[in-house]
Amino acid sequence: MSDEPKKDELKKDAAEAVKPGDGTTEAQRTSEAALEAGSQHVPATSGAARTPLDVVDVRHGLFGAHGPGDTSGFGGLVTTVLLPGPSERPYGGWFDEVVDILAELLDASGTGFANAVESVVVDRGELTINVARDHLVEVCRHLRDDQDLRFELGLGVSGVHYPHDTGRELHAVFHLTSVTHSRRLRLEVAVSDADPHMPSTTGVYPGHDWHERETFDFFGIIFDGHPGLARIEMPDDWPGHPQRKDYPLGGIPVEYKGATVPPADQRRSYS
Amino acid sequence: MSTTRPAPHAPRATSGIVDDETTGIPSFEASGGDWSDIAEEAARLGEERIVVNMGPQHPSTHGVLRLMLEIDGETVTEARAGIGYLHTGIEKNMEFRTWTQGVTFCTRMDYVAPLFQEAAYCLAVEKLLGVTDDVPERASVIRVLMMELNRITSHLVCLATGGNELGATTIMTVGFTAREELLKIFELISGLRMNHAYIRPGGVAQDVPAGGVEATREALKNVEHYLRQLEDLMLANPILHLRLKDVGVLNLAGCMALGITGPMLRSAGLPYDVRKAAPYSGYETYEFDVPTVTSEDAWGRVEVRLEEIYQSIKIARQALDRLEKNPGPVMVADKKIAWPAQLAIGSDGMGNSLAHIKEIMGTSMEALIHHFKLVTEGFRVPAGQVWQTVEHPRGELGVHLVSDGGTRPYRAHFRDPSFNNLQATSIVCEGGQVADVVVAVASIDPVLGGVDR
Repeated sequence: MSDEPKKDELKKDAAEAVKPGDGTTEAQRTSEAALEAGSQHVPATSGAARTPLDVVDVRHGLFGAHGPGDTSGFGGLVTTVLLPGPSERPYGGWFDEVVDILAELLDASGTGFANAVESVVVDRGELTINVARDHLVEVCRHLRDDQDLRFELGLGVSGVHYPHDTGRELHAVFHLTSVTHSRRLRLEVAVSDADPHMPSTTGVYPGHDWHERETFDFFGIIFDGHPGLARIEMPDDWPGHPQRKDYPLGGIPVEYKGATVPPADQRRSYS
Repeated sequence: MSTTRPAPHAPRATSGIVDDETTGIPSFEASGGDWSDIAEEAARLGEERIVVNMGPQHPSTHGVLRLMLEIDGETVTEARAGIGYLHTGIEKNMEFRTWTQGVTFCTRMDYVAPLFQEAAYCLAVEKLLGVTDDVPERASVIRVLMMELNRITSHLVCLATGGNELGATTIMTVGFTAREELLKIFELISGLRMNHAYIRPGGVAQDVPAGGVEATREALKNVEHYLRQLEDLMLANPILHLRLKDVGVLNLAGCMALGITGPMLRSAGLPYDVRKAAPYSGYETYEFDVPTVTSEDAWGRVEVRLEEIYQSIKIARQALDRLEKNPGPVMVADKKIAWPAQLAIGSDGMGNSLAHIKEIMGTSMEALIHHFKLVTEGFRVPAGQVWQTVEHPRGELGVHLVSDGGTRPYRAHFRDPSFNNLQATSIVCEGGQVADVVVAVASIDPVLGGVDR
C-alpha cells in the first residue's frame, strides 16, 4: 500500500521548504512548512492522497499574553502541535495480525482496505485505526463478528474537537475491547464541521446508544441512523455544543465594584 | 376530553408537555389541580395506563435519576431513564487546569468510588508521559490498597442503600457502620473521607503515615465482623429472597450487547475483570478470584458483590504485607513531574514539610523557582492520545485523554460504568412490577455523579 518513491518525494519537499532563503518563501508555502517544522512530532508521511497532518493546536507566544502587553520577547513564536502520524509496518505484537485480518475481510467484501482505512497509528503501545466514515459500520461489524478479531465489547464513544484540523474538525473515537483475546483498539472517524454526519454504530454495538447521544450533545456530531439522537446531559433546548473548543465560556461576575473574572479560556495562562 | 382540564396555553402550575403526539391522549397532572377531580376523571375514562415520573428527586434512585415509567395497573410496560440533572461539566473544566490539578476534578465524578477515577486518570497521564514503569513499587501498592478499600466501601453503599430501599433499615445501618471504619482509614492516609485527590500523576500525594498499616489491619478485621452480620442479614433473609430473585434479569448476551461490565456482567456468568484481563498497578502479582454466578438477577448481583468484598479484603491484606516490607519512595524520581514537596502534618493540619519550605525560602532560589513553575505552570505532556481502563466497582472505567503537548489536557473523557450500565434500565424494569423497579435499579448500582459528570 505505501508508495515508497512518493513518500521520499514528500519528505524532500518538506525538507526544502523549511530551508531558509531557498526561494519558496511565499506566504502559503511558509505556513505549510511551519506546520511541518514547528512540530516536535513530524509525522512519517504515507502515500495517501490527503496530507496526513492532524494539527491539534497552533500556539502563539508564551504565557498567553498578546499584543503590547507581551513583554516576554516570545510573542512571535508560532508552534504547531501534531498528533503522532501514521505508523509503518510492522506495527508489532498482535497489531499486524488484526490489521491483516481486517484488510482481508474488507478486500473480500469489495469495499477495499484502502478505501475504508485511512491510516493505522501505533502510539504508546495502543492501536488506532482511522476509518473513513462511510465504511465505519462495516469495519465495526467485521471487528465484532470475525472469530479471530472478536471485539465484542463496545466500550463507548468520545468526541474530540480539533478546530485547526481543517476539514476534519470533529473526531469520534470508538473504544473496542475483545474479551475473547484480551485486546483493545480504537477506531477514529473524522468529519468536518460543515458536514458533521457519520453513521451510527448502534446497530453493531447497541451499548453505544447513550455514548453517541452524549457525543452529539457535546460536539454536534450527527450519527445517522441512531434510534433517538436527543441531547442527554444538557437540557433539550440548550443552544450549542459545550465541549467544542469554540463554545463561548462565561466569565464569573464578582460582587466587588462590578469586577468580573474573565472566562477560563481568556485568562492569562501558559500556552 | 375533560372540561376541567385547562386549555393548552392557559396558565397552570406545571406547564403541559409540548409534544404533537400527545394531543388527543387524555393526560392527568398531579400538580396544580384538585386531586379528586383528577381521580374522578381517570375513573370516568377507565384508563389504566398511566405515565409516571419516578424522580429526579426520589430516595430510591441513588441520586437525581429520573425514571419515566408507563404503567398498566402495577405492571411497568415501558421504562426510560432521564439523566443529566447532575451534569457539572467536569470534563470541560479539566481542560483549563494542569494535569496534576485534573485529579481534583475527576475524583468528584463518581463520589462513591473517587479513588478509581484518580487512579485511572493518573495511569493514563503516566502512559502519555511514558513513565508507567518509573512509578515506584510502593506507590503502586498504596494505589492498589486504596482502590480495594474503596471497592469495599462502594459495594457496602450499594448493599446498604439497596436494603434500605426495601425497608430493611438494619442492612443500611450495618453497611454504613462497616463503611465508616474504612472512611476513617481514608482520612488517616489521604486526609479526606471522600474526593481525596490523593493519587497523583507519578505516584501518590504522600506516604502512608506511621501506624497506618496497623490501623488498616484493625479496620479490616472490624469490616469482616460487620460483613458477616450483613451476610446473615441478607443471604438468609426470606423477604430479600422473594424481592430479589428473578428480578432485574439480564442475560450474558444482553450484557455484552449493551456493553455492561462489572458485577452485573459477572452475575450473568462471565468472569471478565480488567484486573485480570489487562492488569495495571501490578494486579497480576496479587492472588484473588473473580466471583461469578449464573442467576442473571438482582440476587446474583448481591452475592457477587458480597464475595467481591471478601476478595478485596484479601488483596488489601497482601498490599499491607508489601507495604511493611517495602519502604521505597511514593513518587517518581523525575523532579520535572513530581511535585517538589512531601506533605507533612503541621500544627495547622496538613501542609508542605517545614524542611522543604526552609530550603526553598532560605537557601535555594532555583528550588523556589522550580517549585513555583511546577505548581503554577505544571509539566508538559507529549502530544498524543491514550485509553486506560480500570476495574471500577460498577464495571470498566475508561479514561480517554488527548494531549496537545501542553500543560493541560486537551480533552479528558471518562467512560463511566454507571453511565453505560444505566442503559439497561429499560430491559431490567419492563415487564416487572413498579416495586421491582426499585430493586432492579439498585442492582445496577448507578451513581449519578459519575453518570452525569
